[in-house]
Amino acid sequence: MIFIPRKRLASDSALKVAEAGKNVGFILSCLGSVAGLLLSFSIFLSGQSLHLELPQTTPLGAMAFTVDQLSAFFLGTASFLGAAISLYSLGYTSEYFHKRHVGLFIFLYNTLFLTLVALLSAANFVFFLFAWEVMSFTIYFLIVFEHDDEASRRAGFLYVVMSHVGTAILTGMILVFFVQAGSFDFAALRSNAHQITPTLKSVIFLCSFIGFGVKAGIVPLHIWLPEAHPATPSNISALMSGVIIKTGIYGIVRVSFDLLGTGPMWWGILVLAVAVVSAVLGVLYALMEHDLKRLLAYHSIENIGIILMGVGAALVFNSTGNKTVAALALIAGLYHVLNHATFKGLLFLGAGSVVRATHTRNIEELGGLAKKLPYTSFFFLIGAVAISALPPLNGFISEWLTFQALLLGFTTADLTVKLAIPVTVALLALTGALAAACFVKAYGITFLGLPRSNAADKAKESPRSMLVAMGILALGCVVLGIFPGIALSALNPLSASLLGASMTNEVSLVGPTMILSASPSTSIAPALMLALLAGFAGLPIVAGILMGGKLRTRIAKTWVCGIETLRPRMQYTATGFSKPIRLIFSSIYRARHEIEISEDVSPYFKTEIRYEVTMEHIFEEKLYKPAMRGILSVARFGRRIQTGHIQSYLAYIFIVLIILLWATG
Amino acid sequence: MNDIITNALLLILQLGVTVLMAPFIFGIIKKTKARIQNRRGPSIFQPYADLTKLLKKEVVISENASWLFSFTPYLLIASTLVIVILVPTVFAPLPFHWIGDIITVAYLLALGRFFLALAGLDTASGFGGLGSSREMSIASIVEPAMMLSIFAVAVTAGSTNLSIVVRSLSTTPASIFNPSHLLAFVALFIVTIAETGRIPVDNPETHLELTMIHEAMILEYSGRYLAFIEWASQMKMVIFLSLLANLFFPIGLATVLSPAALGVSIVAFVAKMTLLAIGIALVESTNAKLRLFRVPDLLMTAFILSLLSLILYFIVGA
Repeated sequence: MIFIPRKRLASDSALKVAEAGKNVGFILSCLGSVAGLLLSFSIFLSGQSLHLELPQTTPLGAMAFTVDQLSAFFLGTASFLGAAISLYSLGYTSEYFHKRHVGLFIFLYNTLFLTLVALLSAANFVFFLFAWEVMSFTIYFLIVFEHDDEASRRAGFLYVVMSHVGTAILTGMILVFFVQAGSFDFAALRSNAHQITPTLKSVIFLCSFIGFGVKAGIVPLHIWLPEAHPATPSNISALMSGVIIKTGIYGIVRVSFDLLGTGPMWWGILVLAVAVVSAVLGVLYALMEHDLKRLLAYHSIENIGIILMGVGAALVFNSTGNKTVAALALIAGLYHVLNHATFKGLLFLGAGSVVRATHTRNIEELGGLAKKLPYTSFFFLIGAVAISALPPLNGFISEWLTFQALLLGFTTADLTVKLAIPVTVALLALTGALAAACFVKAYGITFLGLPRSNAADKAKESPRSMLVAMGILALGCVVLGIFPGIALSALNPLSASLLGASMTNEVSLVGPTMILSASPSTSIAPALMLALLAGFAGLPIVAGILMGGKLRTRIAKTWVCGIETLRPRMQYTATGFSKPIRLIFSSIYRARHEIEISEDVSPYFKTEIRYEVTMEHIFEEKLYKPAMRGILSVARFGRRIQTGHIQSYLAYIFIVLIILLWATG
Repeated sequence: MNDIITNALLLILQLGVTVLMAPFIFGIIKKTKARIQNRRGPSIFQPYADLTKLLKKEVVISENASWLFSFTPYLLIASTLVIVILVPTVFAPLPFHWIGDIITVAYLLALGRFFLALAGLDTASGFGGLGSSREMSIASIVEPAMMLSIFAVAVTAGSTNLSIVVRSLSTTPASIFNPSHLLAFVALFIVTIAETGRIPVDNPETHLELTMIHEAMILEYSGRYLAFIEWASQMKMVIFLSLLANLFFPIGLATVLSPAALGVSIVAFVAKMTLLAIGIALVESTNAKLRLFRVPDLLMTAFILSLLSLILYFIVGA
């Protein structure tokens, strides 16, 4: 990677040029995002897809774009988040000037957007795969952007390996598709899909689920995700978690719903199984994480699980003929895509603001930031409430819809479904409750109490552009929460185009603020809920004044059992906070504790206690390590023919040639 | 116009019943426990006196606390009151029942708990962190158990809206008695004990750091703020007891608006509440508090029972 030479940095005029360049770069990407947002709005409003074909055609197909409603939805999500992140980047990257090549960063950043747009609007698989690969490489360079960090390089390597396993499987899928349906073109594939035999359809589905699943970060293909997210700069983490991993969801929905037109029930059951495992394991591992960005990364795995619960339920219900319930489930999943992009983008930007101010991601060294970074902490709190699915913010609405869709499943006659649905409901409820516990930890330890380190004590609030960006996303969380009707009425025709059924039979909207569900007849009115919360908060004020007069307060020290001063180290730690959960779910964590106690004179006078706890990540231990050992031993075996003498290689070529001649002749 | 007045009156009745009755339930539990221990015990109206006294006292705020510390008591009361207008006590359907359903109720409870746990961490006290950690861990199992046990009843009635469920159950009492409901009742009873912090899960009367959960979390609260928090947790008890009473024994509940029906309903409600409160007191008197790390076993039992009741309903049907 290239550095701006230090000498040049020293000069003021060069810095000014670089600053201006940076501003132009990010303002342009912000404008581009706004344009993308407008485009997707116009497609939703008109109901017409946009088609565009570039004149130069490649041997494998035209460079063609089609933005239909599905594309427009993901494009809109990406653009909304992209606009906020671009604004944020204006302030965020200013600290890079003395360390990194900002120009390169802006180049990679905008390339990422370009490939994202190309990917989401590609009209055929050749172009799609091209965009997919360029995007993957751009992300790789962004992961290793802070390349002097060993962890970043490792994360980048892991990402490239996993990503290419995914791409290889996707390429296989595309070839099967091509052989069976005779085209790379989405439109042609859609109309020819009925010619494909059910077995091969299932093969295509499995390949797409695995191949796209790697990008989405489903368990057990998630291992790159918690490494890559913390390694990238925070604006990129927000983009990756908010949008990039959703391209996996886009791919799954595009292939299994749009192109294949859904399939047998076991597809849905498989997706549901993977979804609940991802959701529960994601949140459980997040609870044990003390690196703020890794914690958020594990929550991305959890939320991908929640999204896939909707998608899986849609596949299940569609196969049992409950088309309208399927539509509701799919809409719930897709709404969670938008909601997760909003609150997780917000949380990553908040984390970026914290890291920028304190230069640490370890929450055990933070604390008390609510007073040092008042705006960041407030916005982070909104994100935390939203991701914990607490009413009346947006996370609650999509989980509510998912619950409703699942509960409608009890009318299904099939026994597998009858078992799968209650278990999914139970684990979704468990996930929500654990997420709340995790965000009490994440917010409480990071922002409340006393600063646990000098860096946290000296933290300064971030520049205005970063705060405005976070404010936009926080407002998004509130608006998407109290006016769910806006997005849902746009998603309804989308589900109609994918499933041939809309959710209006099951769920209807009364204005933008109220959702009515027909069959388990129920409703929510989040806007009124917020109004009531505000109104009822006034009651205790009135009651207090009526019964005891004006509120009298006194500032005093926190009670510390009579010890003179409260020290930051007397506070609860994140490790301590999550200990009960670690014990409850010990069979999943398989934690190993090590305690070292140094004593002086007698056991009553301890000089030092060292406590270390390590977790065994079950899939890494039981799946990846054996697989890696297998690959290594095959490689060692293969090494025997690598003699290093040119004669032997010539002999190999000769032998292969003979075999080929024999085989073809 | 008539409708608006009726609805307003109903709303005031609903809020009044819960808000005013909440301390009374605590009084009954205390009195019963004292009787079982052969003591006379304080008057059943003592909790009212305690609240009035606390409301008049000044609030001591830690120098380390942020705005969250002062915000939380108000939010807690507000979220509890929104729950109150969603959980039927003496009449169903409630005027604003369409604002939310059982999922909303569960997550509104979580909202209050979320901020209370944050307030526990806010003052930098070790006790607060300890309480928050334990409260959130216990809640992470109790909350799904609560939702599932109510879902098991809700799908019978074909709705997740509590007013509609309770109304449909009270008009067809035969549907109440099925095995899935029995499992759900046991699960919800355990949930009630855990959520309201009673023995054997938590002991509301202790301030011993080894055992306290809820009390540790709110240790830094005093004066009027403490009164709000106590009041909210007393209302939470009424909410859970009325869920138990009206979801599983909706006998006597008024579903039509007439003075007679309402009168019967209020008497029935007070009787059911008193019985359940005595039941809680009996459980508290006959059990020892569980060791903290034994508690998850009990809660897991509730979780599994509630899951079984839901599966049972899905497979066997009503």
